[in-house]
Amino acid sequence: MNTHPDESLSLAQAPPYGMGPLQKAALACCSLAVLSLLLSLNTHPALQITLVVLATLAGLTAGALWYKRSVAGWLTGVFISGFYISLYWYPAPLSGLIGLLDPLSYLMRGRPSDQWFLYGFSYTALVLVMGVRFMYRYRGNAYQQWRTISVMFFQLVFSFMIPAWMMAMNQPEYYFTYFWPLKYEYLFPDNMEWLTGSYAHTGVLLVFWGAIMSFIAVPLLTWYFGKRWYCSWVCGCGALAETAGDPYRSLSDKSLKAWKLERWMIHSVLIFIVLVTLLLWLNSWKQGGILGHYSLLFSKTYSFVIGSLFSGVIGTGFYPILGSRVWCRFGCPQAAIMGIIQRRWSRFRITTNGGQCISCGNCSEYCEMGIDVKSYAQRGEDIVRASCVGCGVCSAVCPRGVLKLENGTVKL
Amino acid sequence: MDAAGGGLEPAALTMHIVIIGNGIAGVTAARHIRKLSDHRITMISDETMQPFSRTALMYVFMGQLKQESTHLYEEWFWDKNRIGRVCARVREVQPASRLVLLDNGAAVSYDRLIVATGSIPAKSGVPGEGLPGVQHLYHLNDLDTLEHYVKSTRHAVVVGGGLTGIELVEMLLSRNIRVTFLVRETGFMSKQITPEESSMVARIIREHGADLRLNTALKEIKGENRVASVVTTDDDEIPCELAGITIGVSPAVGFLAGTGIETDRGILVDENLATSVAGIYAAGDCAELRAPAPARRAVEPLWYTARAMGEVAARNVCGGAVPYIQGIWYNSARFFDTEYQIYGYVPAITPDDMRSLYWEHRSGRKSVRINYETATGVVAGIQTMGIRYRQQVCEQWIGERAHITNVLAGLQRANFDPEFSRRYEAEIAASFQHQTAEKP
Repeated sequence: MNTHPDESLSLAQAPPYGMGPLQKAALACCSLAVLSLLLSLNTHPALQITLVVLATLAGLTAGALWYKRSVAGWLTGVFISGFYISLYWYPAPLSGLIGLLDPLSYLMRGRPSDQWFLYGFSYTALVLVMGVRFMYRYRGNAYQQWRTISVMFFQLVFSFMIPAWMMAMNQPEYYFTYFWPLKYEYLFPDNMEWLTGSYAHTGVLLVFWGAIMSFIAVPLLTWYFGKRWYCSWVCGCGALAETAGDPYRSLSDKSLKAWKLERWMIHSVLIFIVLVTLLLWLNSWKQGGILGHYSLLFSKTYSFVIGSLFSGVIGTGFYPILGSRVWCRFGCPQAAIMGIIQRRWSRFRITTNGGQCISCGNCSEYCEMGIDVKSYAQRGEDIVRASCVGCGVCSAVCPRGVLKLENGTVKL
Repeated sequence: MDAAGGGLEPAALTMHIVIIGNGIAGVTAARHIRKLSDHRITMISDETMQPFSRTALMYVFMGQLKQESTHLYEEWFWDKNRIGRVCARVREVQPASRLVLLDNGAAVSYDRLIVATGSIPAKSGVPGEGLPGVQHLYHLNDLDTLEHYVKSTRHAVVVGGGLTGIELVEMLLSRNIRVTFLVRETGFMSKQITPEESSMVARIIREHGADLRLNTALKEIKGENRVASVVTTDDDEIPCELAGITIGVSPAVGFLAGTGIETDRGILVDENLATSVAGIYAAGDCAELRAPAPARRAVEPLWYTARAMGEVAARNVCGGAVPYIQGIWYNSARFFDTEYQIYGYVPAITPDDMRSLYWEHRSGRKSVRINYETATGVVAGIQTMGIRYRQQVCEQWIGERAHITNVLAGLQRANFDPEFSRRYEAEIAASFQHQTAEKP
């Protein structure tokens, strides 16, 4: 459905990203927000909310790409990382904001708000607000419209409303769209024991759902559609990266070095989490006979270093410095598994239209995963890469319409 | 053939191949020579050390790309593939001693030479063309001068209705500069593209805010130390601070005068892209084919043809005897936000023995045209605006001389628009079937 037949599929017509007065004002708002949060951690919540709104407006009006690691970028990075660190480990200064959400939390979950509710709320709000911005920006492209509606839906319903509602129903707070190994504890023995033990049939059902998704649905869907069905249509991390992270997409490092580093890192994290899981299961089977409580230490280390520090603080806080998909590219074990499937067996690829590439570099510039798309397109080669999340922006920004995301009928 | 070079020994195991020019023709040649051989390669350019995409200059100016994003390859690529790069201007080629003399005083000896110097912007020849503020859009430096002059420009006049002209108009408009666009022909690119598409583009130009004046050419550029106004052939004087001259390009071959390398408009080459001097080849915009294919031009200054020629030159330099075949014509462009594609034979005026089926979306921003031979029904060319078609499918149809009925039946297969895009193939096929049913 092309909602605007008069709009081109191409984005190359976007406004230039020289600093206009709007952007300058927007950046000023951003800095104000940083400053005030640093200075007035315990000020009136109304002031805090005003600043959050201002910062959101700033984000909305930042039509331009941040293609340089600027001072403003670093400031924003510090601000987001600081917010994350405070949220995860020192929520006290945020008590004002947390308290503000009490009415909503009671309505949705039947209990007072806490730091995680604030987290979920701001995360979802960002995805929705910046999702609208993204849809406007890519308004001529039907793929982008549907994909963005999808991530907004899954974030709002499956990552915010349903878990809250389940809590209200005295059921476990369960996220149906996250699976092991991204949501690693869903296949940890103690978690499964707790679910089946405390929630009887529902618990069994949830454990079953998790296992089916991890081992059957994810591989099958990835074979059929490529990893994009998850990474840029369903996943919450992807949702934030695609919406709030859009202005930072071009900051991803396109060099060969970065690609090498990426492969080492993401597969190391995958091996780490597989080993931790196996160890926990062996330990549980031998009833603590192997390594005893040390295996718990491994899982705690993973949870802190990878689960919180990497995927949260660095993954999101470093958007304005390293680009919007740092976690998805360098860390996410779920992406690693789907990447292997995509690279080896999937029908998905980005087709290059014959010899039409003019090597302009828009595709590579806008690739959030740091894929040098141009290097394939200018040789007339299709792009089959483990890391590609199928966001389709390369195809949207190509001034000659050379790239098309496709599920092939023939294996390449 | 052996004019100046005397005898030419057979291709040695390792030769020194010098390429003048690092545009897409030169770079493609270098890349393919490396694929095929271990020869020493030196690529000379006075423009930049980092080969870049010339077609992307506009996106750099419009702030969509960093200049380094337009580099064709990462820096390591050149070392890894042992492609030597020299940044200097070639002053002279001496075929007798097989030397290339550079403006920095150095002399580079070669065993084989590929000239891929591209084009230079054509001069209008009107008074005032040398004034500061007269701007071309070709060279990397043009971007710097443009950047400099737009700061003090409120109104610009762009002269010349081609692809570069419309790009320059778009660039200037993106900086909120008022633009008057002078086009000599009766329609925009009316000598190259069919009337309906031509008027669609004219509409697009006007909708984007440029003052497009058809049937109007340049007479004079006035000013003291800077462009002050432009006088048209209608004796209309338009005050402006910048005059963009984009009236085409001509092969950059001036430096070869007196070398014995035969030139006409460009460097004359045979079907193997060999020049009149043994061991010297030419590829890209600067080459002129002695025997172009029917309905094709001898000089085709185009990204796609330059790339194809670069590859052929490389193979022949490495001892092959590969003819350069002007395959099925294709080209693409973008007029502001509307993409344009052409495959095969779609001339501005449809020949008498052909029928031209044309469908246009009611928005006036999408169209598909198919040309076929009236007598046989064989499809000769396809042209689209605002809709992407698959090159492989179109070329297969044209190459295999597919019948119009089969093409209409399989139109869906040709679509290359992004997933979920609205499809018009059924509407197009219905409209075409209706048109074919009518007597010509």
